[in-house]
Amino acid sequence: MDHPAAHVIPANAEEIIRIEGLNKWFGDFQVLRNISLSVRRGERIVICGPSGSGKSTLIRCLNRLETHQSGTVIVDGIKLNDSLKNIEAVRNDIGMVFQHFNLFPHLTVLENCTLAPIWVKKQPRATAEATAMKFLERVRITDQAHKYPGQLSGGQQQRVAIARALCMAPRIMLFDEPTSALDPEMVKEVLETMVSLAREGMTMLCVTHEMGFARAVADRVIFMDQGEIVEQAPPEIFFSQAKSERTRQFLDQILDH
Amino acid sequence: MNAPASSHRPFVARRLDWLRENLFSTPLNALITLVTLALLLWLGSRFVSWALLHAVWGRADVATCNALFGQGACWAVVADKWRHMLFGIYPQDEQWRSALAVVIFCGIMVFSAMRAFWHVWRLLALWLSGSLLCAWLLAGGLGLTPVPTALWGGLPITLMLAVFGTLFAFPLGILLALGRRSALPIIRAASIIYIELVRGVPLITVLFMASIMFALFLPEGVSFDKLLRAQVAIILFNAAYIAEIVRAGLQALPRGQYEAADALGLGYWQTQLLVILPQALKITIPAQVNSFIDNFKDTSLVIIVSIFDFLYAVRQAVISDLDWRHYFVEGYLFAMAVYWLFCYAMSHYSQWLEKHLSRDHRL
Repeated sequence: MDHPAAHVIPANAEEIIRIEGLNKWFGDFQVLRNISLSVRRGERIVICGPSGSGKSTLIRCLNRLETHQSGTVIVDGIKLNDSLKNIEAVRNDIGMVFQHFNLFPHLTVLENCTLAPIWVKKQPRATAEATAMKFLERVRITDQAHKYPGQLSGGQQQRVAIARALCMAPRIMLFDEPTSALDPEMVKEVLETMVSLAREGMTMLCVTHEMGFARAVADRVIFMDQGEIVEQAPPEIFFSQAKSERTRQFLDQILDH
Repeated sequence: MNAPASSHRPFVARRLDWLRENLFSTPLNALITLVTLALLLWLGSRFVSWALLHAVWGRADVATCNALFGQGACWAVVADKWRHMLFGIYPQDEQWRSALAVVIFCGIMVFSAMRAFWHVWRLLALWLSGSLLCAWLLAGGLGLTPVPTALWGGLPITLMLAVFGTLFAFPLGILLALGRRSALPIIRAASIIYIELVRGVPLITVLFMASIMFALFLPEGVSFDKLLRAQVAIILFNAAYIAEIVRAGLQALPRGQYEAADALGLGYWQTQLLVILPQALKITIPAQVNSFIDNFKDTSLVIIVSIFDFLYAVRQAVISDLDWRHYFVEGYLFAMAVYWLFCYAMSHYSQWLEKHLSRDHRL
């Protein structure tokens, strides 16, 4: 596959995700068609496409929130299949941020961040809390640490969700439309957090329509339609010289507004 | 404040409007209203005259009551028989133990209703210590005179069947609710069969089976205590209903909660215990309180297997005495008042709770 050298990732960076011939059906409806994708460590990938194109389903296959019917998904050398041990290991490697935040409303911000480190990684509470405070500081939420999610704005909740995922020290971060449920004035604060994360070399796969974000940090932009990867290219090429007619149509629609 | 304009009108005027709209809107409605009102007044005044004005209060002998029979209530029967009514045939000298058990059962209910106790360990400590204490007080042993369960009776039995019947049904109900949503077909099928089977049968049948049929299946000479069998039957019965309430709570949670827990790597039991159940159970608290009120009243059905619950004890206290046997209406009214007191307090609490919880930012 020819994609020009990405900005900062060495060309020989190891492959961290490998997807081959991935197919998935919901009932009779095929959501993913023969997807193949390779992601190198440190790569930042933005996936866009019309709704129903399978982009969310694709990244949800990476941490087994969705099961696939055929094809191979290998994350950090671990093959995803029915083995609970493999699923557990992969989920340990992958952090995920959801469109609707999915914070635990009955726990405080701090407890949201320490729950998994304490119960999954068996960290002592003090260690988990120290780590959590560090990440809450990074997303600038420290003063809300003892509030409940329901007391925060959408933007703040999403930043907490990012901190919660980071507390598990993931090697890959998945973002599933992280700004789509936010009021416009809160999109920026979340994107800024994601940009700073990208600058630190986190491997990221973001399903988003924020094309400004794609331009600023993506190494590669992927366009999906009807369950297929139609086009993938570095942003400078993707936005100006898209090869496929479908891609150009989609870009026309979302960039005009 | 921009309250609706009508609220600025004087209170009396608003009430009059309400009356005109709802009770006197047409001539027929006005007529029905007046007739109903007259009927209620007539019945009410008759009742007040019987129950209050011409009643025999305090301790009095049967002759006094007989002289007024049909005109005034004979509350003397309650004054004379209250111990028998409240505690059944439990030995007179030991009835302080029954009374203390009643207090502790009420304490369990009151403290369980307080938010300060809504933590797993506090509730477990409260329920376990309370239950053990009551069991020891009623049964005796360890320094107290043993009293066989055949002699237990009255309000402690009613409270015990209701409180134990809910506390022990609770964990079972949660497991059944989780089982019904399990991905494992056998567990799911077993849970569904259990729940639907039990819900398809009236409690009275379950009690009857536990009391009479169960003994037929046991080898000769082996027998379980009758009260224990009834208690277990009530627990198993309630569990099915609690399971359905819990299931409703589980279904009310968005899928995102499960997905977030999965994505963080939490296992099944961790997800259920740390993320799902704390939220699901809190949503269902008002429904659980209502189901407890039902359980409380349903315990009176144990009369079918001759267990001396409160209602049966009241009846026996009056009927078994040749002198007082005609005054069972007063006895039943007394029982009604006691049931009403408990149920009213509980339903009031459940209403308060619903309002209180709806304001909770943690939900």
